[in-house]
Amino acid sequence: MMEQAIATYREEAGELLAELETSLLDLEETPDDNDLINRVFRAMHTIKGSGAMFGFEEIATFTHEVETVFDMVRNGKMTVTKRLLDLTLQSRDHITYLLGCAIGEGVDRSAGDEIIAGLRQLVPRPEMPQKGSTEVPAITLPAVSEEELANESTWRIRFRPAPNILLCGTNPISLINELRGLGTAHVVAQFDEIPQLADLVPENLYIYWDIILTTSSGEDAIKDVFIFVEDDCDIKIELIDSSGLIDREEGYKKLGDILVERGDLSPVEMKKVLMLQKRFGELLVEQGIVTPEKVQSALVEQQHVKSVRKERSEAPPAEAAASIRVPAERLDQLINLVGEMVTVQAHLSQVSLAGGYSTFIAISEEVERLTNELRDTALNIRMLPIGSTFSKFKRLVRDLSNELGKEIEMETFGAETELDKTVIEKLNDPLVHIIRNSIDHGIEMPEARRAAGKSPVGKVYLGAEHSGDSVLVTIRDDGAGLDRDTIRAKAVERGLLSATADVSDREIYAQIFAPGFSTAAKVTSVSGRGVGMDVVKRGIEGLRGSIAVDSVRGTGTTITLKIPLTLAIIDSLLVKIGKDHFVLPLAAVEECIELTSDDVKNSHGRNLANVRGAIVPYIPLRQHFQITDQRPEIEQIVIADIHGTKVGFVVDSVVGEHQTVIKSLGKVYRDVKGISGATILGDGTVALILDMNVLLQNIEQMENS
Amino acid sequence: MAKLIMSADDSGSIRQMVTFTLKQNGYDVIEAVDGRDALNKLSTQKVDMLLTDLNMPNMDGIGLIKGVRAGTLNKFIPIVMLTTESNDTRKAEGKAAGATGWIVKPFKPEQLIAVIKKVLG
Repeated sequence: MMEQAIATYREEAGELLAELETSLLDLEETPDDNDLINRVFRAMHTIKGSGAMFGFEEIATFTHEVETVFDMVRNGKMTVTKRLLDLTLQSRDHITYLLGCAIGEGVDRSAGDEIIAGLRQLVPRPEMPQKGSTEVPAITLPAVSEEELANESTWRIRFRPAPNILLCGTNPISLINELRGLGTAHVVAQFDEIPQLADLVPENLYIYWDIILTTSSGEDAIKDVFIFVEDDCDIKIELIDSSGLIDREEGYKKLGDILVERGDLSPVEMKKVLMLQKRFGELLVEQGIVTPEKVQSALVEQQHVKSVRKERSEAPPAEAAASIRVPAERLDQLINLVGEMVTVQAHLSQVSLAGGYSTFIAISEEVERLTNELRDTALNIRMLPIGSTFSKFKRLVRDLSNELGKEIEMETFGAETELDKTVIEKLNDPLVHIIRNSIDHGIEMPEARRAAGKSPVGKVYLGAEHSGDSVLVTIRDDGAGLDRDTIRAKAVERGLLSATADVSDREIYAQIFAPGFSTAAKVTSVSGRGVGMDVVKRGIEGLRGSIAVDSVRGTGTTITLKIPLTLAIIDSLLVKIGKDHFVLPLAAVEECIELTSDDVKNSHGRNLANVRGAIVPYIPLRQHFQITDQRPEIEQIVIADIHGTKVGFVVDSVVGEHQTVIKSLGKVYRDVKGISGATILGDGTVALILDMNVLLQNIEQMENS
Repeated sequence: MAKLIMSADDSGSIRQMVTFTLKQNGYDVIEAVDGRDALNKLSTQKVDMLLTDLNMPNMDGIGLIKGVRAGTLNKFIPIVMLTTESNDTRKAEGKAAGATGWIVKPFKPEQLIAVIKKVLG
């Protein structure tokens, strides 16, 4: 019967989910349609309600969250936004997944938790006006539960059952066993109320118990154990020790104090016995003031708490809570401070070296080592796995392929690869554009694929992997590949390339990133307007990253994004021109070679250098920046790899590697081309950070015009 | 050996659902359609536990509980009553009659099993 009911529920829920999706997509068109909002709410409500009755606990809990949000939308407390629809569509998928899981089996909650966190962020907080409120990403989930977990407490429980408890079918031993299940417990039974045999009613219970329980569950969990008997039993629950208490001495109360606290001994009696100068417990029993069981029970409590406290003082406190939630802005502040620290440390190193005092140098080296560790640790805190972004694209692929009538599967790898949180956020838009392009232009229609001898189902791979201090994000499709000749023709037509130029495939493919470049014969709703890839390029360059395109006609296209791990502090090359210092991001630098004045003469005015037989164009930065003082006899060329092209930057001298804390330029300088920021050197002078991509573009434009 | 539970309810669908849930969790079940039927069966059949609805024809749950506690064979068994949330007085009546615990309707199968495990120890 149950199985039939469950099967029916699965079917019913499946239909509701399908309807839900349609409603959501319609809602995207008309976000104010109350009818649609109600339909979404009702679908969620039904799924939740029936799910609960048939054991789909996960579905009920999860759906409840979504339902709550739509209830607010229904009541006009929230508006329908794209983000909300995205999350709800994701919810729909998650419920589908949960429906597929067998009841009682473990399920993967991670996706669901993420969606719920996202939804909760959308909910306007009543105590704060929505505008101008500081955003605290992913922090609003209840932090209490973790706190509770960390708080292990010890309770003294005296459980005195009603004498007729056995007549109600209650087994007190199973209640005590239930308590044991909550944590570490010591139980002492008390027999002093057992009457003389003549007065004893065999159906009655005369024993009661003292239980000392150390548990991370709260008082409510203890009370729940007694839920069926609390009305007719005498149950005393007292907190006697907690890891949250400030007072963390290892020892515990004296035996007498415990007994007095329990009401088993009066203070007057205690004083009297203490005067006798013997072991207190023995004396109490000897004198018949307290029963041996009560003394034993108090001694058990003493021992129990002592050992719990000892354990606690020995265990590292961090063990209790494996992770804590911190507002993102606090982390940003930490990174800023570490940045300042790196700058000051550089100054310290410089001064100590100049001073030549060896002890001082040793200390400064130690500080340098610690600062580096601190920097790495601080930056690490902000790292998140890129997988959270990946999951969004699965829907994109599905929706787009449906729209275009193509069959496409998406595969991802390296979802666990970690990147700075801010980088991940900024990576989203470029990835959307690239994937759209792959689907629209790359993957062919199923018939065309069949004709080409490929599987009718196209594949898009999205992956991430570490490579030095960068992450390589790869988007690969097994579609038609780029049409080298068409791109070239178009580039020549637009004056981006000369018709006779001898250029590599990579350089031709790089043309797709030019603004307004499109070879699409028609503009579809997905792409073809020639704006996408330009945006991608700017986005990636904004992240100090680079793009490379590889393509084989008929086999597919691979786009590789090389993204630095972080935006706050970078490894760089410090160079000097005249009296000024400049900084080049080390990720793009390949090598440094000398440029003598003879070389310059031999190249007849063309800025080309011969690097082991290969001709590399270079940019004399001295001229570009119009620095006029004496040029040295031997200059240095820093050779960099920019989107697969080698370009040299001529400087006076290379100072060396440098930890660069990036400071953004003020408003006034924001539009200066070729400078992406500044940093403060050890001696307090400012060095400008060069944006090699933009510098190169600038010079290309100047030469073309 | 599997524990034997009696389920007394006049609603066939609830009985079916309860029986299914219990059997799925490894219990043996005998059913009774009302209080009188249950009490009759319990006078000769030793069970480990009784699960009873309160509103039943012929003999209601309260009468059944009193009858069981007054008997001998099943005098000390745990008895769990099915009640509705709104009915606190009935719950108190049931407790006074000798019920061990209760489950509030509607309940999920897991809740039912949790309560049964609790009272069976």
